[in-house]
Amino acid sequence: MAEAIRMFDVVKPGLATTVQDLGRPGYYHLGLPISGAMDRFALIAANRLVGNNDGDAGLEAVFMGPELRFASDCLIAVTGADMPPKVDGVEQPGWTAFKVAAGQLLSFGFLKGGARAYIAIAGGIAVPEVLGSRSTYTLGTLGGFEGRALKAGDTVMIGTAAGGGREGMSVPAEIRRAVGVQGASLRVLPGLYWHRITEGAQQTFFEDTWKVAPEADRVGYRFRGGKKLDFVPREQPFGAGSDPSNIVDSCYPYGSIQVPGGTEPIILHRDAVSGGGYFMLGTVISADMDLIGQLQPHQGVRFEEVTMEQALAARKDEKARLAHLETALAT
Amino acid sequence: MTVRYSYGGDEHIFVEVDEEMSLEAFFKSLSMTNAVRDSGIAGITEICPANASFQIKFDPDVIAPNELMAKLKIFEAAAETSDKRIDTRIIEIPVLYGDPWTHETLMRFRERHQDPNTTDLEYAARINDFDSVDAFITAHAGAPWFVSMVGFVAGLPFIYQLVERQRQIEVPKYLRPRTDTPKLTIGHGGCFGCIYSVRGAGGYQMFGVTPMPIYDPKGEISYLRELMIFRPGDIIKFKPIDRAAYDAAVEAVEAGHFEPKIVPVSFSLDAFTADPEGTNAKLLEALDG
Repeated sequence: MAEAIRMFDVVKPGLATTVQDLGRPGYYHLGLPISGAMDRFALIAANRLVGNNDGDAGLEAVFMGPELRFASDCLIAVTGADMPPKVDGVEQPGWTAFKVAAGQLLSFGFLKGGARAYIAIAGGIAVPEVLGSRSTYTLGTLGGFEGRALKAGDTVMIGTAAGGGREGMSVPAEIRRAVGVQGASLRVLPGLYWHRITEGAQQTFFEDTWKVAPEADRVGYRFRGGKKLDFVPREQPFGAGSDPSNIVDSCYPYGSIQVPGGTEPIILHRDAVSGGGYFMLGTVISADMDLIGQLQPHQGVRFEEVTMEQALAARKDEKARLAHLETALAT
Repeated sequence: MTVRYSYGGDEHIFVEVDEEMSLEAFFKSLSMTNAVRDSGIAGITEICPANASFQIKFDPDVIAPNELMAKLKIFEAAAETSDKRIDTRIIEIPVLYGDPWTHETLMRFRERHQDPNTTDLEYAARINDFDSVDAFITAHAGAPWFVSMVGFVAGLPFIYQLVERQRQIEVPKYLRPRTDTPKLTIGHGGCFGCIYSVRGAGGYQMFGVTPMPIYDPKGEISYLRELMIFRPGDIIKFKPIDRAAYDAAVEAVEAGHFEPKIVPVSFSLDAFTADPEGTNAKLLEALDG
């Protein structure tokens, strides 16, 4: 008997479900951002549960899961946001590998916490690589499935499973990152154009509670609700533009926080615009980037000032979490 | 020119060569980024030159941030004495000024503009003291432009006109950014021009469109096999065309036989500073000769 073709049909696409891997580094100087999973730890964990390589492509579903009809038997894991997966209507555990048989439907219950769920399928999503990655960059209609989010009626191919994943394998609770907790905080290293705002503004930025605005996507997360930031007066440099929040257009680091007009901070994420003319007051540290992708609109967030030493220590902790995951899944 | 160094979190170093824009600042930034690239320092993953600044992305597990910072500062002295001369190319960009598509868009977003009763071209001509839109277009398309940064979105060039500062065209950005800009719009904000590579949001004043694609995510267009055409240091010359020439060029692009006019040239900042008009005349001669 011929083996069924490894693929699935998209019955319902969800809100904005895209193919993502660990991204496309090396082209930021040409305006192409890294893209890839906003919550990288969640994608890596899902991949490891089904026996994939860390960098294999999975699906990133935001706020609402897709409905997918599988043409062949597959091993699947869903991590990240708390959005229970179902197989033919029967709920399956998150952060745990489960099987879907040929003809069965994978769907999702309502979102209970976090924002983005990661769906790994043994073998990975088999869209063509573009510039070394399968990640979708929708602004540039590049990579992923035809450079866009999935639509109903799409047929998506799955790669050949390497084996190594096993049904029931699960990420221990203490290694998972909690999602959707209130009182979330993001650690920030001040810098870049930090000197452009007054001491008072530097203080209120860290004291105030900011709320995630509805304009929050893969390019960036916008926040509102904190006090307007005042600028140190100066004559604007030639070429910068007339607003005090303007600078001569420069590069934007991933995680950098720009505040156009001093009112609403925007943190740039994996699909960042690579540069522009707004001052930035600092950068979210690498260890906290994954957390941003799990924030929901209207959620309250505090920014916490850290030093470079603290940023590097936090980075080490995240490495330890990955090592811990490896040990836990090996036993 | 005071060079300022700062960290962008634990993975980036940001270097502001100068607060204000000038070709001197751009060249210093370019020679520093070239020196960084040539040095092959382990742990550097991206080198992004910008108008008067640049950014290095690195892996702090490979090189400590303070160690990399110390190494970068060494290149500053070398950049001071480096030859401000580059081998580059001049690229002709045909432009239909005052085209129907940017006109439709600017009318749609008129309430976000400083002067809702005029077009972007009329506004830019007036505040830059030109007698007419035609005189403005003659200046815009007369002197060549320098690509001082590529970014914002895929393959978008920020360009700076090769004229003395008092002749630079300066316009404010829209009061509030538009949510739409036609693909391949020729824009201007502050002292910078740009060519929008994809359709999308934007705040620059809109002057026209080019029929020549500058970004092709599929890599199918002959001169866009590497997806994008522009690199920092490229020189651009705009060529005003009429609607018939625009339509013919669009047809040629679709039929797969449009070839942009690209000629190798060298550019010396010292020569330009000493004689801007003579230097530009030589560049244009190379293009049209």
